Amino acid sequence: MRKLKEFIIEKLILICGLASIFFVVLIFLFLLKEGLAVFKTVNPLKFLFGKSWYPISEPAQLGILPLILGSLLVTLGAAIISIPIGVGCAIYIAEIAPLKIKEILKAGIELLAAIPSVVLGFIGMVTLVPLVKNIFHLPTGLTALSGSIMLAFMAMPTIVSIAEDALYSVPKTYKEGALALGATHWQAIWRVMLPAASSGILAAVMLGIGRVIGETMAVMMITGNAAVIPKSILVPVRTLTATIAAEMGEAVVGSEHYFALFAIGIVLFVISFAINVSADLFLHKRQQ
Amino acid sequence: MKNPYRTQNIAFFFLFLATLLIIIPVGLIVVVIIQKGLPAINWQFLSDIPRQGMRAGGILPAIIGTLYLVTGAIIFALPIGLLSAIYLSEYAKDNMLTRIIKLAIVNLAGVPSVVYGLFGLALFVVFLKFGASILSGSLTLGIMILPVIITASSEALESVPYSFREVSLSLGASKWQTTRHIVLPNALPGILTGTILGLGRAAGETAPILFTVAAFYLPQLPKSIFDQAMALPYHLYVISTQVPNVDEKVRYGTALVLLTLVLFMNLVAIIIRYKFRKNKKW
Amino acid sequence: MVKFKIHDLNIWFGSIHALKQVNMEIQSNEILSIIGPANSGKTTFLRTLNRLNDLNTNFKMTGAVEIEGEDIRGINIEVLRRKIGMVFALPLPLPLSIFENVSYGLRMHGERKKKKLEEKVEEALQQAYLWEEVKNRLEESAFKLSGGQQQRLCIARTLAVGPEVILFDEPCSGLDPISTAKVEEAMVKLKQKYTIVLVTNNVKQAARVGDRTAFFLNGELIELDRTDKIFTAPFDKRTDGYIRGKFG
Repeated sequence: MRKLKEFIIEKLILICGLASIFFVVLIFLFLLKEGLAVFKTVNPLKFLFGKSWYPISEPAQLGILPLILGSLLVTLGAAIISIPIGVGCAIYIAEIAPLKIKEILKAGIELLAAIPSVVLGFIGMVTLVPLVKNIFHLPTGLTALSGSIMLAFMAMPTIVSIAEDALYSVPKTYKEGALALGATHWQAIWRVMLPAASSGILAAVMLGIGRVIGETMAVMMITGNAAVIPKSILVPVRTLTATIAAEMGEAVVGSEHYFALFAIGIVLFVISFAINVSADLFLHKRQQ
Repeated sequence: MKNPYRTQNIAFFFLFLATLLIIIPVGLIVVVIIQKGLPAINWQFLSDIPRQGMRAGGILPAIIGTLYLVTGAIIFALPIGLLSAIYLSEYAKDNMLTRIIKLAIVNLAGVPSVVYGLFGLALFVVFLKFGASILSGSLTLGIMILPVIITASSEALESVPYSFREVSLSLGASKWQTTRHIVLPNALPGILTGTILGLGRAAGETAPILFTVAAFYLPQLPKSIFDQAMALPYHLYVISTQVPNVDEKVRYGTALVLLTLVLFMNLVAIIIRYKFRKNKKW
Repeated sequence: MVKFKIHDLNIWFGSIHALKQVNMEIQSNEILSIIGPANSGKTTFLRTLNRLNDLNTNFKMTGAVEIEGEDIRGINIEVLRRKIGMVFALPLPLPLSIFENVSYGLRMHGERKKKKLEEKVEEALQQAYLWEEVKNRLEESAFKLSGGQQQRLCIARTLAVGPEVILFDEPCSGLDPISTAKVEEAMVKLKQKYTIVLVTNNVKQAARVGDRTAFFLNGELIELDRTDKIFTAPFDKRTDGYIRGKFG
């Protein structure tokens, strides 16, 4: 009786152990199932590199290049802001801050990670957007720049915590060795700690960027959502994620528009998959 | 000549500046939301349905909807996540399969939230014909928080000393008995912490529920799991961007309620973790 | 009577050859002491007897270990481990109460009756010379006991299951001399009912309690003989060197 019970439970454990694989595959299959249909009517190259996205005009034009460029621009901006600040903060927390302050800073970072993106989007809308509008004398503050700043902020917790872990796991003897040779604390950090933690920091940056590319609500609320190829960082743009979120509500199930939005989902899935797999490789490299 | 100590001072100043650039806005955001949202909070705001095109009245349906969704997500994700964590920490061997499972978890955690929304739409709403409903939304959120629960739980299980397992096995207990009577009870606080963090995440997410459950406006509370529901994060999105001329107070009030809910869960998780560390027996 | 028969035992952990071609017999109701320097394979040998090495994923074994003529790999592992109890190097109480610790094995084997459990717990604690010290605080956490008491609790926990053999893995390495004396006293009494295999780092302990003593070096069994013989006229000069403290 007990044997039978344990047999069943252990089989159940094995099945649940495989659940993650099952769901990743399931997500991908359902994206393919709905998304590939669009390629019956649209050439995949035209889809990826088409310059106009007018899904509801007749005939519909389904080129996602403006959306890809919108995502890239916002992401690039966010990366430029968040990488130096995030890694700098990680170094400060891991190496310089006194123990008490360190705990407070870490709690602050955790707090930031916990704030829902829609709340950050709302705050960005009422504070950052008017600010950008006034500083640059723009007709609207809903721009790629506003999106980049807000997203940089959302990438920080990921970058800081993983980079801090990477610095923390550098063996103490490395630093002590450098200090014993007469290096200053900063020299030890710059010449020894950072190179030793480099693959972990790289993983931190990649995962931070992954977070940025996938972010939806805040971006949709503050980038202005204009599906045109952006010419500067001070104009409204529309990202891949925001397009799905904004348009799926109106797309008719089974329509070309609906399939096209799923095809965008495939693109996002593939990007996040590539980022996560390579970040994981970097993290494992560190452990060896 | 370059003075290394001057370089150090300059470098440390910039590192400090970087830290302030993150921490000060975080503090400001929380303070501003509390300051501007608090005046909106009263009993009517928490217990009434939205009125006058969501410009007045309360947000009760959104609060209730979010609670339903979070409960549903956890009912689905906790058993699967916990058993999956048990597999990884107690049963998995160090082989290719385990490596793939871990990679799948990392990927599941990295899938953009709006893609979860698409998936939920395709699988639950359309394919399984659950429609836009609490059921569809809960399942979608449940899959999304699965990696959070698995990661936290397997860390908690692995932190139980290995020697306890050896002792239990050496007394003739089976592997499952060892897991059930020795490992699991001692990992419970960590599992609880991870679960609550997952709950907080589920409560705050908007994109996965956009097309799977969220209703723009409902004058009554949902009656079954096949009903649509309002949800706090989506409601905040709606009154911030879709409805013109909403009093700023109402927006801040909604943001405050959502933030409080999410931070409260995080606080509970932190307290459990802290107490557990203090009472740790080994 | 022969309790264990070990033929051509070889053990590997990955590429490490931990035990090499070990052949020996262990008698019923004797205390067999196993001595040798660190990494000589003593503990690996001990953990082979109750198949605790199987937990290691890199573990590989050739040869055979028989208990009363039956290969240990043919016996249900839970039944085998009930037959062969083990006391570990450090006191390792489970994070449970004193009563729950001692009754743990019995409960896992399906014993539910409170009365029966209470009887067995008392009997086991008596045998481990702990009953008088804990009889009024059975519901307290086992972690509240002193180190020596914890180790005797672990012995009681092993006895409660009703084993035939008890493996001691350096049971006194964390204990002071008085606690050590108590544990040794318990061991000597226990050999009337049980077969005892004692791995120890302490050569004098082997001399005090062992009926026979085995000397392991680099995974090989160098010598196995009556304790007095090993300590007065060892056959191999490496044994002599170890006992005299020349290495290890």
